[in-house]
Amino acid sequence: MVDMSVDLGFLKLRNPVLTASGTFGYGLEFEPYLDLNKPGGIIVKGLYLEPREGNPPPRIAETPAGMINSIGLQGVGVKVFAAEILPRLRKLETAVIVNVCGCSDDEYAAVATFLDRQEGIAAYELNVSCPNIEKDGWCPAMSAEATHEVVRRVKSAVRRPVITKLSPNVTNIAEIAAAAEEAGSDAISLVNTFLAMAVDVETRKPKIGAVLGGLSGPAIKPIALRMVWQVASAVGVPVIGIGGISSGADALEYMIAGASAVQVGTANLVEPGAAGRIVDEIAAWCDAHGISSIREIIGTIETG
Amino acid sequence: MPKDMKARINTAVTWDGYHLLELECPEIGTAAGPGQFVMVRAGSGPYPLLRRPLSVHAAGPHGIEIFFKTAGQGTALLAGKRPGDSLDVLGPLGKGFTVGGLKEKRAFLVGGGRGIAPLYFLAKKLVAEGAAVTVFYGGRTEADLPLREKLESLRLPVLCSTDDGSFGTAGLITELAGREMERAKPDMLYACGPELMMKILAKTGLELGVRAEFSLEALMGCGIGACWSCVRRMRGGSGGSGSGEGKGKGEGGREGERWVKICEEGPVFPAENIVWTE
Repeated sequence: MVDMSVDLGFLKLRNPVLTASGTFGYGLEFEPYLDLNKPGGIIVKGLYLEPREGNPPPRIAETPAGMINSIGLQGVGVKVFAAEILPRLRKLETAVIVNVCGCSDDEYAAVATFLDRQEGIAAYELNVSCPNIEKDGWCPAMSAEATHEVVRRVKSAVRRPVITKLSPNVTNIAEIAAAAEEAGSDAISLVNTFLAMAVDVETRKPKIGAVLGGLSGPAIKPIALRMVWQVASAVGVPVIGIGGISSGADALEYMIAGASAVQVGTANLVEPGAAGRIVDEIAAWCDAHGISSIREIIGTIETG
Repeated sequence: MPKDMKARINTAVTWDGYHLLELECPEIGTAAGPGQFVMVRAGSGPYPLLRRPLSVHAAGPHGIEIFFKTAGQGTALLAGKRPGDSLDVLGPLGKGFTVGGLKEKRAFLVGGGRGIAPLYFLAKKLVAEGAAVTVFYGGRTEADLPLREKLESLRLPVLCSTDDGSFGTAGLITELAGREMERAKPDMLYACGPELMMKILAKTGLELGVRAEFSLEALMGCGIGACWSCVRRMRGGSGGSGSGEGKGKGEGGREGERWVKICEEGPVFPAENIVWTE
């Protein structure tokens, strides 16, 4: 049996499969379909300081091998999360990672500071890359300076490790990753969704209420994989690959390209047990290939 | 407890554009209540990617029936399924119709087009409970009323209307049901159908002081409350965990209203809570 544990340096995971924020609710929604201890960690939906109302519907549109969403981070806010949801997540053995949002550098720091006083959280993922908050899709992860500042502020406020989640909607993603690393980010996760749109030909209206949304699903995998490889080649901190992963083979592609762990996103919506199946598929592949530790395959891509 | 399972198709019936599949899934069939729904995967690959939400049309110890109209790529694929094929079915999900307390009371069920789907299951339950059930079934034309005889087999009055007068009363089902509601004020009104139909019925129900529950439709990502895609503006409610109160962009929402997940708090809602858009 393969040893599936991975070591992100600051955090040891039982296996490299995490559930991506925004596609996994607050985790508990999946209990009927998935042993929540099966993935190496769960990353809950992004949280602001206060409850947030989100964007007008329609909030999703299906596209070939993918979907566009513009939820706008509707959610309960960090206080309700800590009071009502975290006590139940705390009982899990798997790592609970909280996705941290903010409308300003101050709010990112305040949310993280609040969470730092709560027990049962393994790490934070900084959501500097949601495309559905500003009207033009802007987010801090589109700027090296803005990313650096959010990471610096949060790092100086908290004791727990910080993962920075990057946007693919940039010219040179390695540059943004380097800025996050320089500001002290303990790991980089990528990618968030691709800024996208779809039009209803009959009504001539956008299929998304907020006009723009973020594309996810199998359609984005080759582009996301390219970016993960570029970032893994450019930074020293661990990289977590995200984008269209729906099988063990998809996850292995990311790990061979340099990711130390992966996140399963849109697949959770289609198949709520997907993350567990993917863990099994990775393990089966390793066993079939005589690999004793999953760590052996990270970054082993042969580019000649 | 809902389940994600492979369900074998036992029978498939097709009318002009409408389809009924009988699915073998005992766990879902035993657990389902009227007004609940299932998420069905139409294809096997990544296109179409998402599952489709479909009302439970009938349920029993062997499984469930789903009834739908061909509307897009997903339902077209489902329409092509044959007995012996299998489907991924997740359910039963959501909160269904309130059943109970209607013994010897009068219940009106109004279905428009494919919106009749959950009302057969509901009618059956209400009849078993001893309620006096009347079904109103409306469509554009006679071909939009394929379940007429099936409903009549429950031995209850089925009043039909068609826009073109090809069957039943000519006109909208809201006119027919509205007249009957005024004449014989029912104790409970249930409806499922086009947005405008339900909006008019909500108004009629409110004016006559009839308690009403409507089943709403929405684009859904997951069906299990995780993606927050299927929201609808609602009045009242708890405002507690999962509430959408607070900051957002582009919302001129009124006090006391919030975005509610249809998959989790619905798809059935008290009519007075629904904020109408059209």
